[in-house]
Amino acid sequence: MDLRKIDDNTWEIPAEGGMKVPARIYASARLLEDIHRDQTLVQARNVACLPGIERRSFVMPDAHQGYGFPIGGVAAFDLDGGIISPGGVGYDINCGVRLLRTAFNEADVASKKRELLAEIFREVPAGVGKGGVTKLSRAVLGDILVKGAEWAVENGYGRKEDLERTEEGGRMKDASAEDVSERAMERGVPQLGTLGSGNHFLEIQKVHEIYDAATARAFGLESPGQVLVMIHCGSRGLGHQVATDFIETMEDAFGVAGLPDRELVHAPFNSVEGQRYYRAMCAAVNYAFANRQMIAHWVRDVFARVLGTSKGMDQIYDVCHNVAKVEEHEAGGRSKRLIVHRKGATRSFGPGRPEVPAVYRAIGQPVIIPGSMGTASYLLAGTKEAEALSFGSTAHGAGRVMSRHEALRRFRGEKIRDDLARRGIELKSTSMKGLAEEASEAYKDVDEVVRVSNEVGLGRVVARLIPLGVMKG
Amino acid sequence: MERYRILPHTADGKFQAYGKTLEEAFGNAALATASLMWDWAAVEAKVRHFVHVTGADREQILVKFLGEVIYLFETRQFLLAKVDGLRIRPQFEGLNLEAVLGGETLAPRHEIYGDVKAVTYHDLKIEECDGFTVQVVVDM
Repeated sequence: MDLRKIDDNTWEIPAEGGMKVPARIYASARLLEDIHRDQTLVQARNVACLPGIERRSFVMPDAHQGYGFPIGGVAAFDLDGGIISPGGVGYDINCGVRLLRTAFNEADVASKKRELLAEIFREVPAGVGKGGVTKLSRAVLGDILVKGAEWAVENGYGRKEDLERTEEGGRMKDASAEDVSERAMERGVPQLGTLGSGNHFLEIQKVHEIYDAATARAFGLESPGQVLVMIHCGSRGLGHQVATDFIETMEDAFGVAGLPDRELVHAPFNSVEGQRYYRAMCAAVNYAFANRQMIAHWVRDVFARVLGTSKGMDQIYDVCHNVAKVEEHEAGGRSKRLIVHRKGATRSFGPGRPEVPAVYRAIGQPVIIPGSMGTASYLLAGTKEAEALSFGSTAHGAGRVMSRHEALRRFRGEKIRDDLARRGIELKSTSMKGLAEEASEAYKDVDEVVRVSNEVGLGRVVARLIPLGVMKG
Repeated sequence: MERYRILPHTADGKFQAYGKTLEEAFGNAALATASLMWDWAAVEAKVRHFVHVTGADREQILVKFLGEVIYLFETRQFLLAKVDGLRIRPQFEGLNLEAVLGGETLAPRHEIYGDVKAVTYHDLKIEECDGFTVQVVVDM
């Protein structure tokens, strides 16, 4: 494979063979080593072969091998000649991150940390199969799929201001519940308001270091030690089923002959199947927004109960990192509307974009990058340059480097729990085995991922956050 | 004979399942899928679910059959322990698969340690060579 170095953090595979555009990788030599070890680059090349792709197939610094498209991949397609692909979004549609600030500092919660976490663990259903606290009717679920976080706020979960501080206002307008299968609905009913397991988590964090005081203040961060809450989860079984359903629909309609990987199956964006998937995907996005909205509400309830108040627990932002959206970008020398796929990548829009909420429009959107369990997370600000570099996108997390199987062989959940405790980090988990699979050693170094993101200009680093308490499903 | 083997894969779950027949390999693939979420050997076959899937080819019915294990878990809290009477037959222009899944309803004594989100076509292989081997990657 012809991989050319452009600069210290930028690499390119020129368009060759069936590639319609080059593939561009943003990574340091150290991160590239990890990326090189699996099929990430081959997958980025495969994406570059898809019809209607614009500019380049992009790979973010935290990328690793996915199925079809790499995780940490960004690709945009023309609305007329281009495609939409469920594999370009991923199974966990609108897997994303919500960050709440608080008016508390570390000292305020120090003696109540254990109680806070225990209460959150009780209030927020975590692991698989427990079922949500809401006995939903199908009609209500239909409403949630159309209205997203708006439904949650209308029904007493959280505040109206949360909506303006959520990507898309917490509701993708093109959603349609009619395009979501019966089976997806069935999987969605018992899981609304649940965190899920795997890499999903809820953390009580504190600000460790602020790099840009003015931007931090605009985002609601005042000083090191300030307590925050981060929620990382997605659309649960409903979203997984939407992806599964439309992979089959597209296979049946368009076949898989000639595809290097069946997971690259796609449909023209403007075809019946393409539009149906798009509307169903939007519905799953809305389910995930509602999900995080409900969880945030329960977390505020717990803080109010344990610490006496939830005043000042404002939402900083909520980002999705598995999604496809219609956005306006430069391509071929003019501005046009594209369907931008971000799979394991976070939107990183800079100042001025109409999609950025009014409160942040002068500085750029908050970009939330969660680390692996027990390590640091980051708050960044979107940049103007990112639009030219990556259709306004950056990394989404640390990215795995070790298989779950290997992690299980090497680590013990109990040991990880004890190590965290020694560092003063409380832990609540449904499974010790699940804990071992998520050992931080199984992930890339999030500090390096964010350093590269900042250096390249994909996102401007604002603050580093570290955990005080971790809940893992 | 070994039923299945879990293989290393950076982000997801990957396994190969084996059988003297295609049916046996498919049944073992269902147990391999379950093994990524719970210890199926510690579950008794107390309740039964009949499953029936159709598809265009062997790959599609395998993906859909394994999807049933996830679906029954999420919607019925059903933990698979055993696969019986698995039959694959031609139908119209494709195939259909029937099986009886035995297991238990989730109870506090069961540990769920993983979350299989979906069964993918990525690196999916069905090979015949001295019996059958199927290889599957699931999204976790």
